[in-house]
Amino acid sequence: MRANCWMGKTSLEVREVPDPTILNARDAIVRVTSTAICGSDLHLYNGYIPTMRKGDILGHEFMGEVVEVGPAVSSLKVGDRVVVPFPIACGACFACQRELYSLCENTNPNAAIAEKLMGHSPAGIFGYSHMLGGYPGGQAEYARVPFADVGPIVIEDDLPDEQVLFLSDILPTGYMGAEMCDIQPGDVVAVWGAGPVGMFAMASARLLGAERVIAIDRFPYRLRLAAEHTGAEPVNYEETDVAEALQWLTAGRGPDACIDAVGLEAHQSNRALRAYDRTKQAARLETDRPHALREAIISCRNGGTVSVIGVYGGMVDKFPMGSVMNRSLTIRNGQCHAHRYLRPLLERIRDREIDPSFVISHRLPLDQAPQGFEMFRDKQDDCTKIVLTP
Amino acid sequence: MQAKTAITINRPVEDVYRFWRDLTNLPSFMNHLESVEVTGNGRSHWTANAPAGRTVDWDAELVEDEPNQRLAWRSLDGSQVRNSGSVSFTPAPGDGGGTEVRVELSYDPPGGALGKVVAKLFGEEPQQQVTDDLRRLKQVLETGAVVRSEGSPEGTRSLRLVTQRPAQPVD
Repeated sequence: MRANCWMGKTSLEVREVPDPTILNARDAIVRVTSTAICGSDLHLYNGYIPTMRKGDILGHEFMGEVVEVGPAVSSLKVGDRVVVPFPIACGACFACQRELYSLCENTNPNAAIAEKLMGHSPAGIFGYSHMLGGYPGGQAEYARVPFADVGPIVIEDDLPDEQVLFLSDILPTGYMGAEMCDIQPGDVVAVWGAGPVGMFAMASARLLGAERVIAIDRFPYRLRLAAEHTGAEPVNYEETDVAEALQWLTAGRGPDACIDAVGLEAHQSNRALRAYDRTKQAARLETDRPHALREAIISCRNGGTVSVIGVYGGMVDKFPMGSVMNRSLTIRNGQCHAHRYLRPLLERIRDREIDPSFVISHRLPLDQAPQGFEMFRDKQDDCTKIVLTP
Repeated sequence: MQAKTAITINRPVEDVYRFWRDLTNLPSFMNHLESVEVTGNGRSHWTANAPAGRTVDWDAELVEDEPNQRLAWRSLDGSQVRNSGSVSFTPAPGDGGGTEVRVELSYDPPGGALGKVVAKLFGEEPQQQVTDDLRRLKQVLETGAVVRSEGSPEGTRSLRLVTQRPAQPVD
């Protein structure tokens, strides 16, 4: 089969590789009908995530048709149309029982690596480095899905792929970002990053009752899209100082909740700070760039919540712990526990409360995945989200 | 050489004890073991994989068996490799119904060439090996089987961490 393979930093190739086979009795094989490129895939592409190997198949947002099931899978049958959530979860451990699916204790065979870096290992993830399991991803014609009786959701409706594909990752991620804010009536929620995840966080904040939503980004086309689909008030951080803008917009109080939907490759307008962080990264003294996170913390009102769904991989420097501690801030984080949200969000899509396909800007064949990555990274052609078809 | 490690398994103490007490189950989560045969009177015959397709074997006896609490074993006198171990089972705190498993092992490898074989066999590094073993035990008891990925197709194994297959389907 053909698959999009990581061949090195900023080097991708769509290559012919073996078809997946059943390795565990609870596996299923899915023929991929649609898959997407995620913002977090860019961290792999740009070489920020360690433990990648040449030949690794990327992709953790995918859906398709079940073509084979292992002997212990009874909840799925050949022919079922499924969306597959990006974390791999066993359903039976301490974490899964608490619905903390991205923390499954059993699905990372390489847990020892993650433990060295993080203390304990999170769950394995499709297509996201060997530290997180060494599982091939779904930017391919077929994918092996472990614990197929736990993860995949069967789509019985007529809904087209484009409307349900994002249940795999970005829609639940945005939703969980908003949910972690514990939104109360009258709340003002500010979101850093008007990419697809950020926009789903904004839309979800609205669904959860936020009175005002503010979008922070530097690309006018993204701010426009966010305003159009979620009613978010735009703040362009290259045109205005974010702290000042928020001060004005919230009349001095600060947003009740701040969502970081940017993560480790944050862009910094201030040249001196940008140079500082880049130098430290180059010297490997800092692995992640926390510009958005710092700003979110500093801007948040006293006693408010900072909700982090942007991906971080390692260590950040100059973390404003004083601001956090002295002002009773709550910081909530997590790789999305996607399994928890599949059914409720599918229902919202079915009820037309949200149509996630609005974030799609480009549709490409799988063979053009490498070009797609470049376009997505460089925000060419007003690119917001690329869906690939194998 | 000593090694000790612990893990919490989301199954009742009785289930975990029972699984370990049937020594023929040990190879299902201890990769270095090829087989364990129960020979009677608390004794058993263990066969372990050695480099170059060889095996090493020895006889052992249970020296402690407190049901649902503790097991201890040691190799019999005259074994090529003197080794002993113990495992304790404790209910995990709270109502969760889990089990805390604590394992302690020790090996007295002989010197010389055989010692080197033994060192390789029991240790890729005894500490790493016993930690891997417990992870696999947890997977077997909680999910039914050792969990594999294409990067680590045999499942959790410390040696594999440096020699990962690419994340592509296994041929």
